[in-house]
Amino acid sequence: MSAITAVARRELGSYFSTPLAYVFLVIFLVLAGLLTFYAGDFYDRNLADLQPFFAMHPWLYLVLVPAVAMPLWAEESRSGTIELLLTMPLSTTQAMLGKFLAAWVFVAIALVLTFPIWITVNYLGVPDNGVILASYLGSWLMAGAFLAIGICMSAATSSQIIAFLLTASVCFLLLLAGQSQVLDFFQDAVSPRLLGALSYLSITRHSEAIARGVLDFRDVIYFVATILAWLTAGVILLDYRRAR
Amino acid sequence: MIETDQLTRCYGSLTAVDALTLRAEPGQVLGLLGPNGAGKSTAMRMIAGFLTPTSGTARVCGFDVRTQPREARKALGYLPEGAPSYGEMTVREFLTFVARVRGMTADVIFRRFDVVVARLQLEEVLDATIATLSKGLRRRVGLAQAILHDPPVLMLDEPTDGLDPNQKHAVRALIDAMARERTILISTHLLEEVHALCNRVAIIANGRLLADATPAELEARSRYHGAVSFSAPGSGVSQEMLGRLPDVASVEVDPLDGRVTVFPREGKAIMEEVQQLLRTQNLAVTEIQLERGRLDEVFRQITSGARAA
Repeated sequence: MSAITAVARRELGSYFSTPLAYVFLVIFLVLAGLLTFYAGDFYDRNLADLQPFFAMHPWLYLVLVPAVAMPLWAEESRSGTIELLLTMPLSTTQAMLGKFLAAWVFVAIALVLTFPIWITVNYLGVPDNGVILASYLGSWLMAGAFLAIGICMSAATSSQIIAFLLTASVCFLLLLAGQSQVLDFFQDAVSPRLLGALSYLSITRHSEAIARGVLDFRDVIYFVATILAWLTAGVILLDYRRAR
Repeated sequence: MIETDQLTRCYGSLTAVDALTLRAEPGQVLGLLGPNGAGKSTAMRMIAGFLTPTSGTARVCGFDVRTQPREARKALGYLPEGAPSYGEMTVREFLTFVARVRGMTADVIFRRFDVVVARLQLEEVLDATIATLSKGLRRRVGLAQAILHDPPVLMLDEPTDGLDPNQKHAVRALIDAMARERTILISTHLLEEVHALCNRVAIIANGRLLADATPAELEARSRYHGAVSFSAPGSGVSQEMLGRLPDVASVEVDPLDGRVTVFPREGKAIMEEVQQLLRTQNLAVTEIQLERGRLDEVFRQITSGARAA
């Protein structure tokens, strides 16, 4: 356990040791605000809720989470510190968990910093804060899924740029798979059962309920399973690279 | 103690380390000597548990790196090639991080930290960012990281590579001081290092162990071992006369500086004879030396033979 927290603390500290983390946070907050107020219909709805804000999150994460995840293993491979880390008495899984937790906490910090939107909606009306909290938790869980994909891609390469592009591509596909336009397009080519299964795999499908503040057990299972699957894949990838 | 047992590593069709069997005991400084690309680093990476052996295994203090990796790694202090470290951290943060990952408790960290920092003279740079340090200092930080948990086994991959002569001397003194109760395995391609540090040498080339002996034993394999060389400028010493001595096998004169080297017959000592001859001939000898043998010559002989095979 102490090894995991040691790795997590180091990674979190290394985020804030460069200006990159602050740049990320500013971009995230500005985009979150802009998308909610301009692209979303926050005012026109005349409803005291944050649904337009949370509906934008999958698309925000698509660009920003790959950037958070990309250095985690790629930078260790590039600088050779991976040899140092993986010859210390901790398992690959522990190192992986430590890194994942650090990135996940970092995203949590970004989410917490969106609190002005929450204050705004409370100032303008009387929203259901329980729903908002549930949406925040759901959104954080979804970010975890994006992160797990990113950290696995980071383990596959020693180039941060390649890790970023791979992660963004995979996440984009997972988002697209659930869009109604995409599903309609494939309607005649693929059997409805397969199409249904495909849409279940998509992040979009599970993020819609979250935006409405519904933390469905199935959605939670989906995101937890996604996180575990990609982290496991990352560990297997790292061990494979050492045995190859 | 470090033992390797038929340790083998292949990259595709290339065999980087080929059935390497070695053994280093406490108190020994074993030098892994070989040309670049001989498989030294690959062998060390397997012992450290970074690379998985294709076949065979290694044991650190009796713990098998394949089946008991955690125990083996706990007993080992390892400086990887190039002494990698996290550039954005300060020396203090880095060493604290390593101690925490190694599961050292706060009071043990407190006790060891000062000892190690003093030993490597890092006091003044403790709060400097590692990326801003010179190469020599970064190497010292890497060494500090390796000895922080006071391991019984130390493995250092080219510990003095890229250091200036003073820094080399300091690192060697440090290794020497730690050698008494520990097992130390260092890799190097510097022959002077073998002389300065190691009490045993394993020469490897193309992944194969070619010799495992003390430096003195290796020197004895040199054709220069027991030879007598001298400078007698302007004397026109008679090669023929030297060659006629009963125990002398051959005589060579360096065409550049005129230095004469007299080679003995197998197992004979010729210093006495040569000196006597020189005295009777009344030659003005400025300097005379009994050769111990030349490691570089033995090294070349052993490793180039392997390449041809």
